Amino acid sequence: MTERVVDPLTHSQSAWRTRSETIAFAIMVAALVVAPFITYPLFVMQAMCFALFACAFNLLIGYVGLLSFGHALYFGWASYVAAHAAKVWGLTPELAILTGTLTAVACGVIAGSLAIRRQGIYFAMTTLAFAQMMYFVALRVKFTGGEDGIQGVPRGHLFGLIDLRGESAMYVVVLIIFLAGFLLIYRIIHSPFGEVLKAIRENETRAISLGYKTDRYKLLAFVLSAGLAGLAGSTKAILLQIASLTDVNWPMSGEVVLMSLVGGLGTIFGPIVGSFVILAMEYKLAFLGEWVLVIQGVIFVACVLLFRRGIIGEIANWLRIRL
Amino acid sequence: MFTIFGVPSAALFGQLLIGLINGSFYALLSLGLAVIFGMLNIINFTHGAQYMLGALAAYLLLQYTGLGYWPSLIFAPIVVGLLGIVIERFFLQWLYKLDHLYGLLLTFGLALIIEGVSRHYFGTAGLPYALPDSLQGGHNLGFMFLPNYRVWVIVASATVCFSTWFVIERTRIGAYLRAATENPTLVRAFGINVPRMITLTYGFGAALAAFAGVMAAPIYNVSPNMGSELIIVVFAVVVIGGMGSILGAIITGFALGVVEGLTKVFFPEASSTVVFVIMAIVLLVRPSGLFGRRA
Repeated sequence: MTERVVDPLTHSQSAWRTRSETIAFAIMVAALVVAPFITYPLFVMQAMCFALFACAFNLLIGYVGLLSFGHALYFGWASYVAAHAAKVWGLTPELAILTGTLTAVACGVIAGSLAIRRQGIYFAMTTLAFAQMMYFVALRVKFTGGEDGIQGVPRGHLFGLIDLRGESAMYVVVLIIFLAGFLLIYRIIHSPFGEVLKAIRENETRAISLGYKTDRYKLLAFVLSAGLAGLAGSTKAILLQIASLTDVNWPMSGEVVLMSLVGGLGTIFGPIVGSFVILAMEYKLAFLGEWVLVIQGVIFVACVLLFRRGIIGEIANWLRIRL
Repeated sequence: MFTIFGVPSAALFGQLLIGLINGSFYALLSLGLAVIFGMLNIINFTHGAQYMLGALAAYLLLQYTGLGYWPSLIFAPIVVGLLGIVIERFFLQWLYKLDHLYGLLLTFGLALIIEGVSRHYFGTAGLPYALPDSLQGGHNLGFMFLPNYRVWVIVASATVCFSTWFVIERTRIGAYLRAATENPTLVRAFGINVPRMITLTYGFGAALAAFAGVMAAPIYNVSPNMGSELIIVVFAVVVIGGMGSILGAIITGFALGVVEGLTKVFFPEASSTVVFVIMAIVLLVRPSGLFGRRA
């Protein structure tokens, strides 16, 4: 009979690690509950949408090692379909968001199953190319409204009951969607499935030799990531009542990379912090016009050369905890 | 004039010519990307910005020094090549030991910086650049009108592409380059300055992009956005062709330009997406790319 040996050192460490995540989560929730009373609620809601988007992107780069440079496809197309569903089909917001999310899932299945056939740098180029293709499609098809986008999307009544035109009701909905998405990602990362993903990130050949069908794992991770990006995009469309070409074009794909990189690739809370930082910067510096692009570029360069761990990664490393 | 499949011959051959011209830009750019990737292991996202800088340099040379098209064709690539050398020395050389992804992210950041600065000073509307006098006009071939400048672009790009291929595959310096791609440590042990070769390779790749940019200036307007739109299509070209072969990159580039041109004639709605559709098909049928080696 074998006895299960628990190494007291690693055991206590891992307990402390989980605790550090729990504490950070509590701080985040508290901050998000207080935030609308301190700053503009609309800004916080928008930032939460982008944070969810960045978390979805980070699921791929941070935990599977796949750099998708075309996540605007899922964000943007979900945003278009949700906006169309709410405005033209007259669906309630939760159904519109669901329709948008499912669109992103479908796009993720198609683009993902093709893109995972190539590794590393080719994967990044492939995803970017597919996103550009769907950008051109969005430019062509009628329902997206071309350069104008879909404007004046009604926020509607949640479940046909709760009026979302008020900021507080909308805030609660966005907060719940964000937290649900975040917890789902947290659950994925810490599940046996997530462990296999990390094994693929570290050494795909080894994972294959251990009998894992890595392509299936990669595809499922890709579809989950695309779906969550779609959830973020749909929510954004209902929240800001607009879907436009900006959401589906390549700078959006670059922006979500930037947010995750600034916060810390492969950290759980990094993309959230990164989104708030980048979005706040863009709000504050909007008057600078094209210089915002230059500043984004400088941040990219600085992050890659000087702090590849990102804000949260550096803090976690300094405190020797996992965040 | 006659018609082919119900399309007037002038329209068909005209689009074919435009396709060949776009194809020559695809070929020049994907060639540069392949050469840089071979030596530096970096996908150069800045390539589109360097192409744009070539066109912009030609415009500025004309505006402020009065230097016309022909001197620009030499000076603009030199200027952009030197800038490339600076970029390699200051930024890229720290990344060679890291994951490929960081190279992509860093060069993406540099592209944003270059594009942002250009947009600030030159706006997003295109700046016109006149055709050189010596290449004005054209010939009427009966079935189509053949502008001189377009012929020149195709001939010049093809010449530059194949010269590059010749230097890399058939000369001593090319042999050093290929050896350094395979095993830099061993090549260094033979007393060859590999880091300097890497720097010069990046400068050369940037200069190639700028050369394409100068040639594009009279056809398309000079605009800060011209690079970022092109580079993504070139990425698809690279995925289709694979970066293992120089000749493969050249052929794929020209071929896709032609296919795109023909699509414009027969199915105009799909002309902007056809390259990506081909990429999807290639990924299905031959995942390692047409000329790629299995990774």
